Amino acid sequence: MSHAVDPGLAAARFSFRRVGAMVLRHLYLLRSSWPRTVEIIYWPIMQVSTWGFLQLYVNQHSTFFAQAVGILVGALLMWDILSRSQIGFSITFLEEMWSRNMGNLLMSPLKPSEYIVSLMVMSSIRLFIGLIPATLIAIPLFGFNIWSLGFGLGLFFAALMLTGWALGLVIAGLILRHGLGAEGLAWSLIFLMLPLCCVYYPVAQLPALVQPIAWMLAPTYVFEGLRALLIEQRLRLDLMAWAFALDLVYFSVAALVFSRLLAAARASGSLVQLGE
Amino acid sequence: MPASPEPTNPAAVIEVENLFKAYKTVQAVDGITFSIPRGRIVGLLGGNGAGKTTTIGMIMGLVSPSSGRISVLGHDMARERHAVLHRMNFESPYVDMPHRLTVRQNLTVFGMLYGVARLGERIARLAAELALGDFLDRRAGQLSAGQKTRVALAKALINDPEVLLLDEPTASLDPDTADWVRGHIERYRADHDGTILLASHNMGEVERLCDDVIMMKQGRIVDRGSPAALLARYGRDDLEEVFLDIARDRRGPIGA
Repeated sequence: MSHAVDPGLAAARFSFRRVGAMVLRHLYLLRSSWPRTVEIIYWPIMQVSTWGFLQLYVNQHSTFFAQAVGILVGALLMWDILSRSQIGFSITFLEEMWSRNMGNLLMSPLKPSEYIVSLMVMSSIRLFIGLIPATLIAIPLFGFNIWSLGFGLGLFFAALMLTGWALGLVIAGLILRHGLGAEGLAWSLIFLMLPLCCVYYPVAQLPALVQPIAWMLAPTYVFEGLRALLIEQRLRLDLMAWAFALDLVYFSVAALVFSRLLAAARASGSLVQLGE
Repeated sequence: MPASPEPTNPAAVIEVENLFKAYKTVQAVDGITFSIPRGRIVGLLGGNGAGKTTTIGMIMGLVSPSSGRISVLGHDMARERHAVLHRMNFESPYVDMPHRLTVRQNLTVFGMLYGVARLGERIARLAAELALGDFLDRRAGQLSAGQKTRVALAKALINDPEVLLLDEPTASLDPDTADWVRGHIERYRADHDGTILLASHNMGEVERLCDDVIMMKQGRIVDRGSPAALLARYGRDDLEEVFLDIARDRRGPIGA
């Protein structure tokens, strides 16, 4: 045993120190680059402002929307939780590809499970940095305080982040296997869900043929649950149970897909020449 | 793949047995077998496409073999890679360290990944040994090629590895810096009894550093021996001529 290495740390099946190393690496990066931090905060504020003013306008002409305060802004913030958790996961992964550091990590003692947990932690940190200012702006400007949703908000957050991470994991596997040519998926794949998981309208608005597809998506249950909470002031735990059950399936399948894609990348030799 | 908890040759630190790697239409590595005892520096030589990078990739676990077995420090790399990775390290010009992080931040992150104890002291010692002090708090992306190489070497030595894989460690360096790096590799082997597998196109470097040289061509080992033995066998004065004899099929070993 090399005398520089702590035998206990080296032997750990799962090392929080290695997870901490990867989180620290990305916190150093964020600290060193203010444009990255501004970019994280910029989009949520822009979107909340646009949709918030639209909501104010609609409220003046609709008793339904006037009664269901924040339904559009709330849905938008929830959509941001979903999309930003996936994009945050993917960007954190892509930073290693862009800096040609992935080879160092894959040949280090860092295990795939530790790496994935570090991506989830960084996705959460990025999400909170981006969303907290947007949610605070929504209170005075549009009279909508998402934090007043309390326990329900925690459940919505968790369910949406799990979906985002599952999708991020599949995208990371595809990039490992196919190189940076697959990078576009990190920015686009999540938007496939936008019309189907009924962010701004109930599932009943979809054509009957499409509704079963919508009910196969975990976020659909979250957005239906959000509408139930805002319109009927009722927390639908049955909907949340469905969302978490589907997320469990998604994440298990995503972990399997990631592991298969990593094995395929090792077999094809693409990890030796990571790039386009 | 046969599983064996112990190396066939107990003295071998790296043991490669009947290793094959085929891509779709290319046989990149074609049944190679070699072992490297502790404390030796072995050079892996061959032209472009000879299979050196694929071989090193398989030893590190970046590439999965089509068949065959690799064992490092007695651990089968197909099944027990994570039991041994903290005792190995590598340096290659084809990977970088994050450019926006300072040298100290990079070494801190990699030290944590490798489970290095008393990390601050270890970084201070490496900084002194490799003369990193002037730029320890400068971003990695702002360093010259020579400084980057020294930082990459510091990363490769952060865990005081027993096994070091070096892929062209002096590529694109000026002669002075390259000589300094070779001197440090020699000192490292002498002080730590480290085992080093070195892939290089620089024949002078190989002659100076390596106890033993493995010559590869089209995925196969075509010859092996100490630099002096290879020179004598091919009747040449320098290793570059031996390399060209093999690469161009100009001349086989004398008397063969």
